[in-house]
Amino acid sequence: MTNLMEIEHVSMIYGPLKALSDISLSIPKGQWLAIMGPSGSGKTTLMNIMGCLDTQSEGELTLDGMVLGKLGPEGLTAIRREAIGLIFQQFHLVGYLTALENVMVAQYYHSMVDESEALEALDRVGLAERADHLPSQLSGGEQQRVCIARALINHPKLILADEPTGNLDEANERMVMDILHKLHQAGSTIVVVTHAPEVAEHADRVIVLEHGRLISDTLTKGNGQGEGNAKAVGKAVDADKPEVEEDPSIQEAAPA
Amino acid sequence: MIGSRSNRGFLMRMLLSSLLRRRSRLLVALVGIAIGATVLLGLVALCHDIPKQLSQEFRSYGANMVFVRAGGVGRLSMGQLEAVRAALPRTGLVGLTPFRYESVRSHMVPYTAVGTSFEDVRKTSPYWKVEGGWPTDEEGILIGEDVAMATGLAPGSPMALDGRNSEQTRYDKEMRVAGVVSTGGVEDGFIFMGLKAMEDMTGEAGVLDLAEASLMGADEGGGLAAISGNVRKAAPGVDARIVTRVSQSEDRVLSKLTSLLYLVTFVVLSLTMICVATTMMTVVLERRREIGLKKALGAENSRVAREFLAEGLLLGVIGGLLGSILGLLFARLVSESVFGRPMAPGLHLIPITILASAIVAVVACLLPVSRAVDVEPAVVLKGE
Repeated sequence: MTNLMEIEHVSMIYGPLKALSDISLSIPKGQWLAIMGPSGSGKTTLMNIMGCLDTQSEGELTLDGMVLGKLGPEGLTAIRREAIGLIFQQFHLVGYLTALENVMVAQYYHSMVDESEALEALDRVGLAERADHLPSQLSGGEQQRVCIARALINHPKLILADEPTGNLDEANERMVMDILHKLHQAGSTIVVVTHAPEVAEHADRVIVLEHGRLISDTLTKGNGQGEGNAKAVGKAVDADKPEVEEDPSIQEAAPA
Repeated sequence: MIGSRSNRGFLMRMLLSSLLRRRSRLLVALVGIAIGATVLLGLVALCHDIPKQLSQEFRSYGANMVFVRAGGVGRLSMGQLEAVRAALPRTGLVGLTPFRYESVRSHMVPYTAVGTSFEDVRKTSPYWKVEGGWPTDEEGILIGEDVAMATGLAPGSPMALDGRNSEQTRYDKEMRVAGVVSTGGVEDGFIFMGLKAMEDMTGEAGVLDLAEASLMGADEGGGLAAISGNVRKAAPGVDARIVTRVSQSEDRVLSKLTSLLYLVTFVVLSLTMICVATTMMTVVLERRREIGLKKALGAENSRVAREFLAEGLLLGVIGGLLGSILGLLFARLVSESVFGRPMAPGLHLIPITILASAIVAVVACLLPVSRAVDVEPAVVLKGE
């Protein structure tokens, strides 16, 4: 399978803090990858680097054959616009725009707005009837679905979701996971950052970070095996791994 | 082309949504800009109008140009008076009053009688205080306050006058005192009668000693000097003299007042601009997360900056329009309460004010926007 993203020896250093340490990873096209780990393990830092929201201190990233390290801020902005779909835990919708307009914002910065296409995207996440509502008039689950519709509207190569169900109740969490499943079935490459094993169990592959280091990389094969793996992953997250080398010069990683 | 048009439409939709749905936030900025525009238009309108208003006020201090026979010897003819009238500008001419002086006696006491046009005197010398009434017929006269005290005459009293004309022919006539005039000047010692009455009494017609003109709004830029030159050319034998006591003090007061008003306008405008800039800075900085989100979605810095500047421009235009209307009302109110006259509506100032407000709002946005677009989206979206 062709790799969509190659991460080679990536480190992120903030002064005396080493948020990520020598991470290497290949993400094949169409794979659903879950990144797990405790708070401060570097999950969000890794996701920000993968989403071109931040630039690594060391190492190299390749997205669909393009070396990201060679790109300046404008090039990274273009990559975010063209190839990345971002789903945030806090939704980050523009408060004064309706659900429909929030989706159209992504179209506006990408190429050109198309209201019917934006409405279709909302329909796919079950929100066509709430298109004219402001974020303040939507529930958390509905806001997250608007955020997903916005992430998908430009057909990104890579969907990055940072704790997508972190602020949702069980019913909404199920609904969001169903949407991600459908995307995965349609061939989308998805990277989900999560604390929750029940979210990670849906993924094809789960990696675990701790203190900025990759301590586990487990390939699962569909949902039938996902549960067992997620449990294993849960153990991996909780376990104090003696085999991970601690560098005394590196302090605790920046919060993820 | 269609795409860029629909994108422009969406930009406008975003801007209007931002203005309409973030009312409480943007109202502060809008009020700031509107107040600035009100003050700007109000003061500029007053700066523009006050010289006119004051010029009108100054006319109550009397004539600002006197016409006499060139060389100071001899009298003016009625033909020369008409030539002077024709040479004076139609607009701004408050009045042109003829004066003819004759020596008369009343009960053997000599006085100076002045033949004039009471209708014109009331225009060129509005400061005359008349007790009783103004003469309404040819027998009616005004006597100066000093004359009234010396003779004991009051309004309604008869007054016998006699004298000799230039041919030494004796004349006498009984007149009636219509009113007593007091000016605090030489007029208090004169007896005023209609020019026609004087001509009938003396048997000599068609001559004058001088004429006075009151000209409004001609003092700026050496206007009176130019008029004086025109009169000299148009009416040979006439010397047109500017009453410098009035015109120069008028010039001085007007120029000082106008300078003061422009200074106040500048100071108020500067303070308003600082307030608007501070408000806009707060409004922009409050939206750092939105800026971070837009950048995360792939917006370039320049595009985000343009959006915020367009929003500032829209605020400036709306605030400028509101402020223009309020400013005109403010200037009108000041003009009416101070001068008792409404000012001419300075509608031509409205587009200038809107333009100035738009520039101020955009300039005020420049610094905060240029700083805000540099935010790292990852940092802002994390809430740091």
